Amino acid sequence: MNLTAELESLKAEIEEYAASYGLNFFPIVFQILDFDQMNEVASYGGFPTRYPHWRFGMEYENLQKSYTYGLQKIYEMVVNNDPCYAYLLECNNIVDQKIVMTHVYAHSDFFKNNQWFQYTNRKMMDEIANHATRVIKYIEKEGQDVVEDFIDCCLSLENLIDYHSPFIQRKEKKSKYDFQEEEPGETVKKLRSKDYMDSFINPKEFLEEQKKRLEEEKVRKKKFPDEPEKCVLTFLIENAPLEKWQQDILSIIKEESYYFAPQGQTKIMNEGWATYWHSKIMTEKCLRDPELIDYADHHAGTLGMRPGRINPYKIGVELFRDIEDRWNKGRFGKEYEECDNLIQRKNWDKKLGLGQQKSFEVRKIYNDIGFIDTFLTEDFCRDQKLFTYQYNEKTNTYEIASRDFREIKIQLLFSLTNLGQPFIYVIDGNYENRGEIYLKHKHEGIDLKLDYAQATLANIYKIWERPVHIETIVAEKGKLFTFDGKKHDKHDIKIG
Amino acid sequence: MIAKIERDSGRFRQIIRGKIKKELKKYIVRGELIGRKGKDLISIPLPQLDIPTFRYGHQGRAGVGQGEGEEGTPLAPGPVEHGEGAGEMPGDHILEVDITLEELAKLLGEELELPNIEPRGKKHITSQKEKYTGISHAGPESLRHFKRTYKEALKRQLISGSYDYKNPRIVPIREDKRYRSWDVTKEPESNAVIIYMMDVSGSMGDEQKDIVRIESFWIDTWLRSQYEGIETRYIIHDAVAREVDRETFYHTRESGGTKISSAYQLCSQLINKEYSPEDWNIYPFHFSDGDNWGGGDTKICIEVLEKYLLPKINLFCYGQVESPYGSGEFKRDLDYYFSDWENLVTSHIPDREGVYDSIKQFLGKGK
Repeated sequence: MNLTAELESLKAEIEEYAASYGLNFFPIVFQILDFDQMNEVASYGGFPTRYPHWRFGMEYENLQKSYTYGLQKIYEMVVNNDPCYAYLLECNNIVDQKIVMTHVYAHSDFFKNNQWFQYTNRKMMDEIANHATRVIKYIEKEGQDVVEDFIDCCLSLENLIDYHSPFIQRKEKKSKYDFQEEEPGETVKKLRSKDYMDSFINPKEFLEEQKKRLEEEKVRKKKFPDEPEKCVLTFLIENAPLEKWQQDILSIIKEESYYFAPQGQTKIMNEGWATYWHSKIMTEKCLRDPELIDYADHHAGTLGMRPGRINPYKIGVELFRDIEDRWNKGRFGKEYEECDNLIQRKNWDKKLGLGQQKSFEVRKIYNDIGFIDTFLTEDFCRDQKLFTYQYNEKTNTYEIASRDFREIKIQLLFSLTNLGQPFIYVIDGNYENRGEIYLKHKHEGIDLKLDYAQATLANIYKIWERPVHIETIVAEKGKLFTFDGKKHDKHDIKIG
Repeated sequence: MIAKIERDSGRFRQIIRGKIKKELKKYIVRGELIGRKGKDLISIPLPQLDIPTFRYGHQGRAGVGQGEGEEGTPLAPGPVEHGEGAGEMPGDHILEVDITLEELAKLLGEELELPNIEPRGKKHITSQKEKYTGISHAGPESLRHFKRTYKEALKRQLISGSYDYKNPRIVPIREDKRYRSWDVTKEPESNAVIIYMMDVSGSMGDEQKDIVRIESFWIDTWLRSQYEGIETRYIIHDAVAREVDRETFYHTRESGGTKISSAYQLCSQLINKEYSPEDWNIYPFHFSDGDNWGGGDTKICIEVLEKYLLPKINLFCYGQVESPYGSGEFKRDLDYYFSDWENLVTSHIPDREGVYDSIKQFLGKGK
């Protein structure tokens, strides 16, 4: 449903405010939905349609149930697209609609200007609808179960992408006319020496070792991929024996995965930025006297903390406010950092007035990792009562583990790195010269969930159709897990 | 045309019910909606299908949170699961809900499709109730109806001309006074008593007791929604039985052998002494791991059940909780001897997940 006249004029009003603060956004199309429609669109990740798959149905059932029991309702949803699509809930009162609208304008500004979004498809609305059409076509041809099973497999690998690849040229593009002559094999170079000294300066064992090293190098060079490949999906699309429709579906999953990735990488910033602006625009411009209580209630709900999990709205907005305050007062740089006079520090104000400028710069160049790494200070941790928690096996509960700044920061950064997923690389697509695939888990101190890892291996097998291996570390010992199509195997291996 | 989402959620429901794609069944995790009622956590099942991915195992269950508390302050209960831990952070699939016990019973009823219970002997059981229904001329002063009395006095004084508007004093005399009066009505009433019996011999571990606790909580909740007055009694037994309070019931662990008949006999005595079947709906529940003493004790159990218990009660439920030590013999015996009896139900509870099915078996008959 389109906007009512009242909302339409509100939209114009808010748009003007947002622009006057310097927000630079895509045009925004608001649609009004009732609850069922809202939950449907939310299950599809904000899109009016997706390819047929049960997981969207699962999401929908959950949303419906949670709503029925009064647990949660979705207020705001906005799609990174040009124009931006955003949804308003039909039964919300006017002040809620205002909050959502102001919030959405800031999101749109973030999508448009934050560099991590620069390579996302801004016509994704159309693209995703195309994906749906293609998948439906395959379902009609191949049958629902076949296609759905294949999608299940693909979704199992959905997180194995290289989040930074849109920004980096990882390998040189090779032209197929670009033949390379077989280089003459490198030979072991001897150090110059007099004859009688030769066996001392170039001992035989050393020469042997060098020779062996060169040979290994040669073998390594022949490996494919040349370098470990982090985007397992790309590797499979390019090299797995897939039928055309399968290749296409895998590409669809990959494309959608890359499209959604920046939203995961900037959750704290994006919500923080939007909350910062809805609160600013509402309190400075938009709010009418009788709406105050409702606004305060809603805003407090958004920022509410729950022990055991971090609220990105809360942390985000507080960090942006902290940055603004620090840059207004000049509380940064060597001089401030090294000041250990607490009173001086507390009253530090150089009246620089750089806060707003800095905030806009931050929203342009950072993602959550950089944001936390650069701007999370010890003072902030203390003021915001942050802590790390851990699972205690003895009591089967999560407990507060520490309030130490360093530990909080490490833990927070770890949970944001690679979106909290393990690093998996394709090392060899022709392992032991048998066309088997060899993956490696770059161990960062935490073991994989093994039953899931094995099930995922089995899913890769369905795509690769040859045995699959993954090298990992379990309880500090090197292990190689293998699935050969019939049974799971594991071996001890040395880790170098 | 069906909505697109209906197509997807229909598919999902079919998978959850195991109708299609059975190989996915093992990835069903019971997401939970957790509610709080007093100290008890109430959880409402919210089935989820988890697609396997490479992810971190149980050491990864750490993170950053925000709020008050010292180091070591517990935040949330860990996930209930078997074997290798899931990588979920707390709160990931736990949604909290404030819910009244009545609502909860309704949800339970819907979730498990439980029929309403038809109380037994409802027609015969009556109780007297007093209700204020009218006004009378005589009665105790404590029940005097002030407004009516005042009105009567005013009327009388106006008619008799003794009312002086300059000095409007109203003095009621005896004939003015009005009193609330009551009637005694007979109302049908249904009372119920639940008698929980549990095997606390050495083989019943903490996990088994926890299962019993969860299950009895739900049974309590359901029966309370069906009857006005519910009493609960607790009996524990190993080789001998005794009646205990609730706290003791769940926390006692003995090491003796198991003589189930001792509990049944005690239960029968309790009923004879305090709960006549004419006045009460009686629900004995018995939980054990299915190991009973040899030497003919099972025979005695069957005799007690057949002669003294089953004729008097609404429903006898026997829940057999799986434990590493239990042989499970007892359930087989009961099933064999009482296949004709409608008011004896047995159920096998393999683990926490099994509680839902077991409740359905027990209460699904509407007795």
